[in-house]
Order: sequence, then C-alpha cells, then structure tokens
Amino acid sequence: MEPLLSINNLKTRFHTEDGIVKAVNGVSYSMKVGEVLGVVGESGCGKSVHALSIMRLIQIPPGEIESGEIWFDGRDLLKLDNNDMRHVRGRDIAMVFQDPMSSLNPVYTVGFQICEALMLHKKMNKNEARHRAVELLTLVGIPEAKRRLDNYPHQFSGGMRQRAMIAMALSCEPKLLIADEPTTALDVTIQAQIINLVVKLQEELGMAVMWITHDLGIVAEMAHTINVMYAGYIIERGNVRDIYKRTLHPYTFGLLGSLPVIDEAPGTKLISIPGLPPDLIDLPKGCPFYVRCTYRVDQCKFELPPLMESESSQHTVACWRWQEIDGKGTK
Amino acid sequence: MTSEDSVLVQVQNLKKYFPIYKGLIVNKHVNDVKAVDDISFDVYKGETLGLVGETGCGKTTVGRTILHLYRPTSGKIIFGGINLADLGENEMRVMRRRMQMIFQDPYASLNPRMTVGSIISAPLDVHTSANRKEKQDQVQELLKIVGLNPDFVNRYPHEFSGGQRQRIGIARALALSPDLIICDEPISSLDVSIQAQVVNLLEELQERLGLTYIFIAHDLSMVRHISNRMVVMYLGKIMELADRNEIYLRPLHPYTQALMSAVPIPDPDKARNRQRILLEGDIPSPVNPPIGCNFNTRCPIATEECFKIDPEYRELTPKHFVACHHAEQFIK
Repeated sequence: MEPLLSINNLKTRFHTEDGIVKAVNGVSYSMKVGEVLGVVGESGCGKSVHALSIMRLIQIPPGEIESGEIWFDGRDLLKLDNNDMRHVRGRDIAMVFQDPMSSLNPVYTVGFQICEALMLHKKMNKNEARHRAVELLTLVGIPEAKRRLDNYPHQFSGGMRQRAMIAMALSCEPKLLIADEPTTALDVTIQAQIINLVVKLQEELGMAVMWITHDLGIVAEMAHTINVMYAGYIIERGNVRDIYKRTLHPYTFGLLGSLPVIDEAPGTKLISIPGLPPDLIDLPKGCPFYVRCTYRVDQCKFELPPLMESESSQHTVACWRWQEIDGKGTK
Repeated sequence: MTSEDSVLVQVQNLKKYFPIYKGLIVNKHVNDVKAVDDISFDVYKGETLGLVGETGCGKTTVGRTILHLYRPTSGKIIFGGINLADLGENEMRVMRRRMQMIFQDPYASLNPRMTVGSIISAPLDVHTSANRKEKQDQVQELLKIVGLNPDFVNRYPHEFSGGQRQRIGIARALALSPDLIICDEPISSLDVSIQAQVVNLLEELQERLGLTYIFIAHDLSMVRHISNRMVVMYLGKIMELADRNEIYLRPLHPYTQALMSAVPIPDPDKARNRQRILLEGDIPSPVNPPIGCNFNTRCPIATEECFKIDPEYRELTPKHFVACHHAEQFIK
C-alpha cells in the first residue's frame, strides 16, 4: 500500500546572526495510513521543526527548507503553491500545539474558531457548522457543549482548551493529526484523559497520528512506531517493542535509563547521560552523540553513521557499534 | 538512612490563606484562596520527604511557608525544636542559615547581572564574616562539589545551560551548610537526560553532607525515586502520607490510586496491560472547595457521607496516614 506520508532527506535550516542553525539534517521516513508514530527527543533535537516543515509553517526567512521532498497523498508538499498548501493544512493535515492558551485566539469564542475551519474547508453554512461544532465538542468530552460554544478560551480550563484544540483539529476529519507535545502543559490526570481521548478517536476515525514528545513514557502506550531524534537526525527508528525492549542506540538506551519507573526497586540509580547536546550551529563532523557516548571509538569521531538496518529491516539505527549494544537494552 | 526518632521539622495544623479583596473605595475582604488548609506532618533528619500533587494543590505554598517566606495564617512550624512564629526578624535571619531553597526555574532564579561567583557567595556575605579570600576558596570548593569547573566564577548565568544553572542554584543553597533544603520542582524545566544528572547530584550530596530534603514535584515516578516518604496533596490538603514502597504497593486513597495509574510507563507491554483509573473533570477552585471531602467532585467511590463530612486525616495503619472515609476497603 502506498504510504500516507513519505519524507525524503528533509533539511531545515535557520539563518541567524550567530550562524546557520542546522535544525533538521536529512530526515527520511514514511508513515502508513492509520499509523501512530511517536517522535521522541529532547529540546533542540528537531522534532518540532520537522513537523512544522511538513506543515510548511516555518517562517522564511530566517528559516529555510534547504532540500528534501515531503510526499503526502501523491503530492510533494514542498512544491505546492501557498493557496494549495492552505487547503492541505487543517483539511488533510491538522496540528495540535503544546500550549493551548497561546494557540487559541483570545478575542473570539471557541465556537467561532471551530466553525471558521468548517466553513472554510467544508463549505458549510453557519448553522451546519454550529451544529457540527457541538457534535465535535461532545465527541472530545466537553460537557454542555452547546452552551460552551459561546465561551471564550479564558473561560476554559487547560485540559478543556486542549480538548477544544483537538476538536478543531478533527473538524475536517484530517488524514494525519500532528500532536506537538499536547500534554506537556497539563497535569498527569488530565494528560491521561487526553491520551485516552486521542487513542479512542484514532481508532474510531482511522486517522494517522504523529505524537511528538520528550517523554518516552507517553508514547510507549499508544505508538506503533517510534522515531528517536537527536541533533536533527533520526538516530533510531523501529516498532515500539523493539525500541524499548531491544534498544540499539546508546542515546535511546541512556534516555530510558534516565527515566525513573514507578515500580522501581529501592536504591535504583538513574543512569544519566553526561554532557550536553551539541551546538546546532557547529555540528561535529562525525556522530553528533560522540562526546556523550560511552561506546565511542575513533571511527565515530570522523564518520557520520547513516541510519542502517539492523537484523530487522523495520528497525534502523544510526550507530557504528549497534551490534555490541544489541541485547543489553532490556530493562 | 532515616533515623525515625530525630524530627527536624514539625508542621502542625498549618493553614495559609491568601485573602481576596474587592471594591475600589471600601476594600472589602470577600473570600480567601485556601492554598494550604490544615495540614500536619513531620520531617525526619536525613530523609527526603516528597510532596506531590497537581497544579494548585498547595505544594509550593507549603514549602515557602515552612521557610517563613509566607507567614502562616495559623498553625505552627517547629524547626529543630524552635517554633518559628516566636522568632523576631533578627533571630529568623539566623535560622535561615539552616534552611535553603532550590527553585524551579533556573533562568529566573539567578540574577543575570551577577557573576556566578557573586551569586554563590551572596549568602556568605549576608550570614558570615568570612574575608574575601576565604569566600573565594569556598565558592571554588562549592563549584567543584556540584560538578562545575571552579574557573567559571567570573562567568554570567546566560553562559550556562539549564542543567548547569540548576547546579549553580544548588551550590548557592549549599553555601551555608544548611540542615534542610527545600527543592521546589528543581528538575521540571530540564530535559530528561539532564534531569537524571541533577537528581543523581542531589542524592550524592545528601549522602555526603547528611542533608534533609523536602522534594516538591508533580512527577510521581521521580518523587518516588528520590523520596523516603511521600505526601500526596490535593486542593490544599494532605490526602495520603506513607513510605515510598507502602504508598506504591498499597495506596489507600482513591486520588493516589488514580495518580499512580496516570503515570506514563516507559514500557510498551506494561503500559498497555494496566488498568487505568481515569478521573473525570478538573480540579475545583481553592476559593470555593467542595463541602465535605475536597476530592468528592472527581472521586469514583464517593458516597453521600463524602459530600457532607470532611474526612479526618488519620493513621490508618502504622505510619500510613490517609484522609478518606472509605480507605479501609483498600487495606489488603
């Protein structure tokens, strides 16, 4: 089957006074229809920038999509003109952002903002749109949806705002929902509600979901496939069990080790990764993880490891020494 | 590590209300935000007591009130046998040497115009009569302890990353060799791999210097990792207090149970097979907490009694405190 989204050698740069920030450095992968992909990494690893590149929401300048192809539904999004792209955004690909307060417009009611998308993309009239908006708010679990439609964003709590954002994103039944750290600003019990909601909706509507997060715990539960990113590269990619149970990259291994687990035995020490991520303006010639890696050898310093297949073609890793790490990654 | 007989801090019936005023001409006191509402617990010497809860549960206010950065509305803080409310301004200043704080935001808690050296030596300037040379030596020693290069003394905070700044904050807190350090969400603004570095440092320092921590955070697995005992708060009240293992293996409060089940597990098999207790709705406002039990609006097992009578905070099994009418059924 034809993949839904296929990214080929995407490179995104930002031109700043200090130099060129190499935010995304040749990312390639594809997503199937209805697949849930978790994109994991720390701040500055390029996970959000790569998603914004897909949506063509990178501000140019200072940003620049230097090269690459983003095939979605048989079209290269990078070659579309602005008008066509506007139809893709919201209708085919929708996005939910981290901070629901700053992504809702405070001077319009929630209802107006949901109806706007429906009227634009679905060519509904005002009444139809309002009717559909009530359905959508009910779907995402907002009580008294009809009355709530006329509320302004400040009258909603954080969890409800994020639900409203999700309702808005789902309004045109997108084929792909990109969720960029949608629960980071929320409390754990509310986070659990939102995760449950998205999983339920994904199964009902059959859309593909890209969930971007720094928390390996969240995506363990919902994702089919995981991309681990570091310094603008995908450094490991595989199905969810392989990533957690048969970790191949020392960085993924370190990330898992630095997370405390709720059922840990007393006296367990966290394994921290020493040092800091590299400066994206001045990336090393070899492996970007070289200075922090406990498995490093000279080859790593001079030669950038490409994303290579391990024993399974589904599980790829960018490390020269993955074979030595294989098998140690089970906790 | 915990010696049970030596209590460092006693918190007794602590309340902290923030008044709400209304009206331009006649400034009327109309209501209070009940940030902390009648809580009691002890902190033992050398232990780490974890305070967890969601936004607005009062955990940060508890920390700040213990340091008397906020005056309690009522109730007592007894630190090393001395009731802090009895102390005058000068005496309190002397006491402050023994208790320090590490803040959440390492970007906002360091003065951008001061060098690292002057930030760390500021407590020494205020509280000691050390001369310049002595202070300089001490600052370099402190930087070494927290794992920073001692040659960094003349640099400014903006030259450091978040994790390094948090280390500077830790060095400043350690400068006066305090007994108690209140860590208020010290890692929540840091990246995962850096969080582990800071937590490991805090643990190592505790072992070396015999510190007592009150560790405030919303991340349940991290609090459980670092604490000996844990306090779970909700809307200004303590719901449950117990040993880290006890509270995990046998949570007696439905809120603790829900909180535990909401924690993300970085293991696809375990995460997919567990039963989740999903709480409905949001946290009520601390201005108008519900009548009866504070948790009754979201509680899956609330009965009529819970909407009338505020449950007593009681020691249900040895050293395991809980505030719930129906906790008995969870004793296995």
